[in-house]
Amino acid sequence: MVAALAVEDLTKVYGNGFQALKGITLEVEQGDFFALLGPNGAGKSTTLGILSGLIQKTAGRASIMGHDVNREAFAAKRSLGVVPQEFNFNQFEKVEDIVVTQAGYFGLRPHEARENAEHLLKALDLWDKRDQQSRMLSGGMKRRLMIARALVHNPEVLILDEPTAGVDIELRRSMWEFMVELNRKGTTIILTTHYLEEAEQLCRNIAIINKGEIVQCTSKRELLAQLTTETFVFDLNNSVADDFSLEGFPVHVPAADCLEVTVEKGQSINRIFEELSTRGVQVRSMRTKSNRLEELFVNLVRGDNK
Amino acid sequence: MSPMRVQWVAFQTIVTKEIRRFMRIWQQTLLPPAITMSLYFIIFGNLIGSRIGEMGGVDYMAYIVPGLIMMSVITNAYGNVSSSFFSNKFQRSVEEMMVAPVHPATILIGYVTGGVARGVAVGVIVTLLSLYFTDLQVHNVGVMVAVILLSAILFSIGGFINAVFATKFDDIAIIPTFVITPLTYLGGVFYSISLLPEFWQDVSKLNPILYMVNTFRYGVLGVSDISIVFAFSMLIFFILLLGGYSLWLLNRGTGMRQ
Repeated sequence: MVAALAVEDLTKVYGNGFQALKGITLEVEQGDFFALLGPNGAGKSTTLGILSGLIQKTAGRASIMGHDVNREAFAAKRSLGVVPQEFNFNQFEKVEDIVVTQAGYFGLRPHEARENAEHLLKALDLWDKRDQQSRMLSGGMKRRLMIARALVHNPEVLILDEPTAGVDIELRRSMWEFMVELNRKGTTIILTTHYLEEAEQLCRNIAIINKGEIVQCTSKRELLAQLTTETFVFDLNNSVADDFSLEGFPVHVPAADCLEVTVEKGQSINRIFEELSTRGVQVRSMRTKSNRLEELFVNLVRGDNK
Repeated sequence: MSPMRVQWVAFQTIVTKEIRRFMRIWQQTLLPPAITMSLYFIIFGNLIGSRIGEMGGVDYMAYIVPGLIMMSVITNAYGNVSSSFFSNKFQRSVEEMMVAPVHPATILIGYVTGGVARGVAVGVIVTLLSLYFTDLQVHNVGVMVAVILLSAILFSIGGFINAVFATKFDDIAIIPTFVITPLTYLGGVFYSISLLPEFWQDVSKLNPILYMVNTFRYGVLGVSDISIVFAFSMLIFFILLLGGYSLWLLNRGTGMRQ
């Protein structure tokens, strides 16, 4: 089966000499929910810009559903929907007109365009706003509008560049549900996000890009298996001394009623509970200090992955 | 879906969007030229014109009407494309077309058609207004229509090139203010170049707008200071030249693609 996305030795050097991409190679299978993660300036948006035809590559190859983005740009673009990071629609146009116009650019006749637009605007809770100028929408609605616009020609591959940035938690979760359902129906989704919890929840495969190079590209499971330690935070009902310690576990006491305990891979946290119980320390609640993927991400981009 | 069908639908989409835009803001696009031209008709035609008498063998009001119609067409065709395309660049909504399978030629022809539509719409409004002040003759309707369309196409392309290079809103006002308006006023809208000394007649012949105004005036009144065939040849030559240059800019992604 042809790859949904294939990138080979992709290089981009901007006019000012900055090398944003240093020959990255990447493949995303059809039907995948794929995350492309990296710190600001790592090369994520440049990669997505080249794939969507907004940025010209310096060297290398890129294809969407087997169609080269330069030589077969027409077919490649028809296979792709793009939700950019920044709002890029006419602020004075009506919501429905924006979606219908985009469908027209992909060759959909007005009646098909209106049908698709109605379906998507309803699915994304924007149908009531269809006659409003887009500038009147809230930030979350604008993000959903861009998703509707990107999907109006039924693309096989959808690129989402930080789709939930600035969106409240409730709305973010409803957008996740929408994306999962879309992926379940067969759309390949490529996601960039700063919310690593989002990538951990949604994606099956993950690539981490840093300084224009892919530092990791593997399944989420394999990536998380690389974590050698995890830190748990215990909120306590009683106080402990500053020098409180647990045998076999590094402990940090940020406050008298709180413990941070680092657990190595293979160690059982039951031992922590047993020890705390024996010493009369009551645990009110427990959580991981940071998202697992976040911990790994920080290690990888720092270059000190253990 | 065939690529040709996609391009045809995309072209219709761009034109519909462009017409919807200038109709939505008709107070900024259609009304001002109607008011300005009415003032020209009253002040230059009625008040001053009645003291001038005849120009080029016809009543002064009848003489300036073709020039004023042509002036409205070219400034509005230019302004429509430059402001619309730059606004799309500024708001980055131009990316909607760039991520879609729309050929650069479709984009150019779509925007130019939008510019021509506004130019012609304003031209019709000004023509209807002029009927209140004078009886408009029709010497050669074919010449009238052809020169209006070709001039609107040429200036729409000019507006497009302006928008491609513009980086701020001031940049799309510079060419109309410092180039098009002076050339229009010096292009024989209000006078026949035969009134000028020979040297200034020769200088005037370097002004492309002179050819458009005079050709249109020929279509209306049957009088002209210049060769009609030469005027049409020049119009077609510059449309092909600037149209080709615009396509080259679009293919390179100048001002749009990094």
